[in-house]
Amino acid sequence: MLAKRIIPCLDVRNGRVVKGQKFQNIVDVDDPVKLAKVYSEMGADELVFYDITASNEERNIFIDVVERTAEQVHIPFTVGGGIRSVEDFRKVLKAGADKVSVNSAAVKNPQIIQEAARKFGSQCVVLSIDVKQKEDGQWTVFLNGGRMDTGKDALEWAIEGERLGAGEIVLNAMDTDGVKTGFSTDITKGISEHVNIPVVASGGAGKIEHFLDVLTEGKADAALAASVFHFGEIEMKDLKDYLYENGVEVRRV
Amino acid sequence: MISIIDYGAGNLKSVNHALNKLGFEAEIISSKEKINQSTALILPGVGAFEDAMNQLRDLDLVDCIKDNVQAGKPILGICLGMQLFYEKSYENGEWEGLGLLEGEVVRFGDQLKVPHMGWNNLIPGPNFDAQNGIGTGIEQKDYTYFVHSYYVKPKNREEVVLGSDYGIEFPAVVQKNNIYGMQFHPEKSSEVGMTLLKNFGELIT
Repeated sequence: MLAKRIIPCLDVRNGRVVKGQKFQNIVDVDDPVKLAKVYSEMGADELVFYDITASNEERNIFIDVVERTAEQVHIPFTVGGGIRSVEDFRKVLKAGADKVSVNSAAVKNPQIIQEAARKFGSQCVVLSIDVKQKEDGQWTVFLNGGRMDTGKDALEWAIEGERLGAGEIVLNAMDTDGVKTGFSTDITKGISEHVNIPVVASGGAGKIEHFLDVLTEGKADAALAASVFHFGEIEMKDLKDYLYENGVEVRRV
Repeated sequence: MISIIDYGAGNLKSVNHALNKLGFEAEIISSKEKINQSTALILPGVGAFEDAMNQLRDLDLVDCIKDNVQAGKPILGICLGMQLFYEKSYENGEWEGLGLLEGEVVRFGDQLKVPHMGWNNLIPGPNFDAQNGIGTGIEQKDYTYFVHSYYVKPKNREEVVLGSDYGIEFPAVVQKNNIYGMQFHPEKSSEVGMTLLKNFGELIT
């Protein structure tokens, strides 16, 4: 049976893994390739690298991280952050990434999903969606680290992304990102039930119960988290054992 | 020397890195000469069946691969590379494959999410032997990493070394004589994948 995936996320700035809260208060964590290897050995099912750098110089450092990871780590990994064109897709895939996630560039130009899917296959096109819930209960798509509301309905955008050729959706609920109060189970479920591609829940992981909740109740195919792994608050093995004991199909090493 | 055939389909470096790590000599190539000189071939593949066959034809590699395999050279097809071994695929149309193995490539039903993406466990098939051959050391609790929307329906069930289950049981590892296929990505399947690649490397050396 297909296992639910647990995915540590590594935000990379200037060649280092960093972690912030709600995209602020950034602290240094570790060397990305070293951390990737450790997670792989502990039983992480996949990894995500987000490039949160700004300059071109730092971009080259990031590509080097991707190349070294592909050489040394033998589990799949996704690269995101700063992907603006099909050429950007090509660069990171060539460096050894298995999948590429696109976020704001796809909101601004949805055709990028279609072009990338045609060129490289849907299996490597991940649509990353940042969402926030408004007072009236509607979930909308946000850009620029949660500062700009596009007004786009989250579910509609997810369905559109699938239609354009995305092979997977990463749903990042921004209200809960970095605050560890649990994944946003309702919107994750709502989207997972209405698309026929895998949905990765992101944002809000604090306790192992949160993972169980979003992978069962929330119908997520995978769950992504950063700081709980980086700071050793949750051990991969304990998490997988707990999920297994609660009837969730997981790969245990 | 294991030759990894580069015909423009996806990430070949990971396969190369994995083989090197295991101590096997491998290189990424795309010429007939290199294919003829190699001791074994790997046909990787990510993307669409039609494009892959067209690229192999454009590079004039179809007959060269067939001749080498028919002469007994070991070949490992990975993911789409395995699917290309079969006679026909129904991926967005109807396309002729290399025809090295008998069977067809069909799409998963829509009752489950497609692509079948992630780690799934392996189930011993009719051709499985835990002590010998490509499946050496593999157990039912072992997982490998799959990413595919189509799967192989082989004509000869006895070629299935290991299967996996995604709504229906489908072949994950097949073998007939010198021809080996893996539907998942061994180079992305951590220790289990490394074991399988090591088995292949040892079978051919």
